[in-house]
Amino acid sequence: MPSLPDVATPDVVTLAERAAAAQSHDPHVADVALKPAFFDWLCRMGDNSLILGHRISEWCGHGPVLEEDIALANTALDLIGHTQMWLGLAAEVEGAGRSADDLAFLRDAMKFRNLKLVELPNGDMAVTLMREFLFDAFHFELLTALTKSSSPRVAEIAAKALKEVSYHLERSSDLVVRLGDGTEESHTRMQAALNKVWGYTGEMFAADAVDAAVAEAGIAPALSDLLPLWQRTVGEVLDEATLSQPEQRFDAHSGGKKGRHTEHLGYILAEMQFLQRAYPGASW
Amino acid sequence: MSAVLPSTQQVWDWLGEVPDPEIPVVSVTELGIVREVRWDGQTLVVAVTPTYSGCPATSVIDLMIETQLREKGITDLRLERRLSPPWTTDWVTEAARDKLRAYGIAPPVDGTASDGLMAGRAARLSGRSNLVIACPRCGSSHTERVSQYGSTPCKASYRCRDCLEPFDYFKCH
Repeated sequence: MPSLPDVATPDVVTLAERAAAAQSHDPHVADVALKPAFFDWLCRMGDNSLILGHRISEWCGHGPVLEEDIALANTALDLIGHTQMWLGLAAEVEGAGRSADDLAFLRDAMKFRNLKLVELPNGDMAVTLMREFLFDAFHFELLTALTKSSSPRVAEIAAKALKEVSYHLERSSDLVVRLGDGTEESHTRMQAALNKVWGYTGEMFAADAVDAAVAEAGIAPALSDLLPLWQRTVGEVLDEATLSQPEQRFDAHSGGKKGRHTEHLGYILAEMQFLQRAYPGASW
Repeated sequence: MSAVLPSTQQVWDWLGEVPDPEIPVVSVTELGIVREVRWDGQTLVVAVTPTYSGCPATSVIDLMIETQLREKGITDLRLERRLSPPWTTDWVTEAARDKLRAYGIAPPVDGTASDGLMAGRAARLSGRSNLVIACPRCGSSHTERVSQYGSTPCKASYRCRDCLEPFDYFKCH
């Protein structure tokens, strides 16, 4: 039976050995000096997954065709799964008795650390898919680099998430090509979507003191190292999709990573957090 | 003096009776998600790894494992979640693959997980993927992928062009 020629399978044996060697011992988790930056960075990881996952889940029951509805719901589910791991570790690092759920449901907008890109409204399928593709291409490279993190806890979450994000990127890039290089209508919409979200993509690569601290500790890669990788994937896929990269700056909008958000985040939180705010501690 | 504790092999056998809640023809051990069974003093420790990160069956599986072991008389029990090494469909046993096929689900083809960059290349090659998934009903290899995503996170949707039946493919992970 033929199989695909160049499929990358994570090196599970090495990962297992490393995890076993460091079982329950991660030097960074108890590093007091690093704690504020590590916590903030973990919140960025978790919040990107949480907010994008929530946004994508809004399509559930509203997808244009059944298969896309299911694919979007599955993607959202994966992202919420990643959120539990990232925010779970964030809560552990913080060591203040908060849980992943506390971080997700009881922080206000200014405490959220997600990129502005992921909180943008869904728009039509073109905006949803283009935003997802541009994020997936970044997410994929980031997680790939994180599997080599000096933090075994970070590396194991990344290895797990990368398997799923590989499918996300495959799907979103495939659809960007098919719709970009599709009918006149779909092409027009995809180009409009690209123009709309392009200015929000630069924030993914804008490093600040938090990024520098975790990079210095070997926990995360330098964001500038990811940029050429992202540009290559994005360039190839957009070319294939017959779409043109906008000439406007890609870093026109930023601030989300520092808690300065668009007005859209508040509406997301109002919906997502309502139950816990109205009925504290409610569970089923 | 402590009571004689069941052997870990006995525990593995008990766990072999716990079905996957979504695909009840295979057990949690056949799926490869039980990663370790050991005694920590008088406490039985069972390490379980999730299939997909967001799989909603994870907590149900934990509950079913706990229920089964308590019914077998285990009172001191701890379930551990183990992320590393991440679960792979390579761990699905041969016996389980036959059961999946008989149940109407095409088993995973190992080594064909997405690497995330396939689509760009596939588009250039204009043939998408050359992966052939045989129809679990009629055995035909004349099948087509409807969607990389299916009824649960671990499945993709396919259709057989010969017998015309839709079917699930347990995709490589």
